[in-house]
Amino acid sequence: MKDEFAPKIVGFLCNWCTYAAADLAGTSKLKMPPSLAVIRVMCSSRVDPVLVLRAFLRGADGVLVAGCHPGDCHYEKGNYYARRRFALLKSVIETLGLDSERLQLSWIGASEGPRFQQVVTEFTDKIKKLGQNPMQKKTSL
Amino acid sequence: MSKVLKINKSAEESVQELLKFLLKSGKVKGVFTLRKINDNGAVAYSLVTSLDMLKDAVPLFPLMPANGGKLLSRLTLRGSVAEPVVAVVRPCELRAFIELVKRKQGSLENFLFISSTCSGVYPLEISVNGNIDKKLSQYWDATKRNEIVPDTRPTCKSCEHFLPYTADITIALIGKKDIGNKCEIFLNTEKGQKFVDGIDGEFVEGKLESEEVVSMRNKRKDEKKKLFDEIGIEKFGLKGLIETFGKCIGCHGCSKVCPICYCNLCYSDSQTYEHKPFVYEIELKRRGGLRVPPDTVSYQIGRLTHVGISCVGCGLCADVCPANIPISTIFLKVGDSVQKMFDYLPGRDVEEQIPVTTFKTEEFVEVED
Ligand code: SF4
Ligand code: SF4
Ligand code: FES
Repeated sequence: MKDEFAPKIVGFLCNWCTYAAADLAGTSKLKMPPSLAVIRVMCSSRVDPVLVLRAFLRGADGVLVAGCHPGDCHYEKGNYYARRRFALLKSVIETLGLDSERLQLSWIGASEGPRFQQVVTEFTDKIKKLGQNPMQKKTSL
Repeated sequence: MSKVLKINKSAEESVQELLKFLLKSGKVKGVFTLRKINDNGAVAYSLVTSLDMLKDAVPLFPLMPANGGKLLSRLTLRGSVAEPVVAVVRPCELRAFIELVKRKQGSLENFLFISSTCSGVYPLEISVNGNIDKKLSQYWDATKRNEIVPDTRPTCKSCEHFLPYTADITIALIGKKDIGNKCEIFLNTEKGQKFVDGIDGEFVEGKLESEEVVSMRNKRKDEKKKLFDEIGIEKFGLKGLIETFGKCIGCHGCSKVCPICYCNLCYSDSQTYEHKPFVYEIELKRRGGLRVPPDTVSYQIGRLTHVGISCVGCGLCADVCPANIPISTIFLKVGDSVQKMFDYLPGRDVEEQIPVTTFKTEEFVEVED
């Protein structure tokens, strides 16, 4: 029997909202795929596009950046900057003829355990369809 | 319409004359300009305060040994110049300086800027080989005939922003048939007008945005399209990226000469990228082999995400690349994409905020999931 492809997704989660939502999803015992490797950051705006890019090129099948809903950022406006940088990164990647499907930006509030479950599940499903990140096998990146 | 100073001498002599006037009259205390450093056609930027040294100035020489904007930033990083200095730089160099000033890497204070409608510069290689003097007549002929100058940098041939945005004074060169014996000097700002007050010459009215300028802009646009098609950046994909950046020797020379890459503690040059053995082990297990030095693709795309938004297309990065990677063309293309997203033109206006340092509350919802 062929092993089913289990995606590895790197998740940059903001401490105040999405990380708390992940905690809540855990304590509420919500079921979801074990695909997410979490990196806790103080705010989504901490995520320099280069970090996302590094994860992507090092072979992460997907990269998730997640933080507080617009207007709710603990530092008031961090996520607005994060959104601009994410949009910029996507544009760079697409202009180079690469697919940006594997990168996702989501807003998940601290009380949204079920939404966290849903985002992780759906993103994992999407990545499963895309298959393994081809960068994993390249020797020159 | 703007005020124009007409001098009945060749463009080169006229600018020389203007600089001499400014320095002699004490209106400026220093001149920042290209200067001949020997007879092989080697030129370098210099900051000159003595009239005698000004004799070797070649302000319009079609070479860019370093981005003048980067140099002006170095001169003013620790504090603005104390007395008036006139700087003669190309439009993209001026734009680079503006971008650096926005990043608090320099100061515009006390500068008078002279620029020109720009025909571009030759790659450095041509001057290093001592062949540039043979090219000069071709350069000026093409400029007069309003043609793209052959053999100049690819990003010059396809540059649409050859009219300076923030210069006080602009020397009209593009499509000017008489630059061999006449020169039109546009005084764009009050400051520019004040500084030339008292000089010998005729004052008239004129329009910088001439028919020739419009037609040259179209030619450059066509050239740009051709260049982009040739290199096929949007078709790179993973394969193309590895082919293109796989040639990179990792010297990071491109970032050293780039005016926009100003960090002196670059992440890519840091110890962070000197991986511990276990990182190599993990990578090797998965990949079965690893190019050394690693990370050339990652370095390049990383630089694109940091610098693309402000790339002025000066072309220096491609010029210095020992692996002949068309980096400046790639940066120009990606720069175009990201600059368009934010309706941003680097160096157009010092008050215009760098897009990643500001935001609107309602925007880019399409990138959210
Ligand atoms: S100058 Fe060329 S070889 Fe050196 S780091 Fe830049 S792209 Fe690589
Ligand atoms: S990336 Fe290259 S073309 Fe763009 S500003 Fe830097 S050196 Fe000039
Ligand atoms: S603190 Fe959560 S996005 Fe800024």
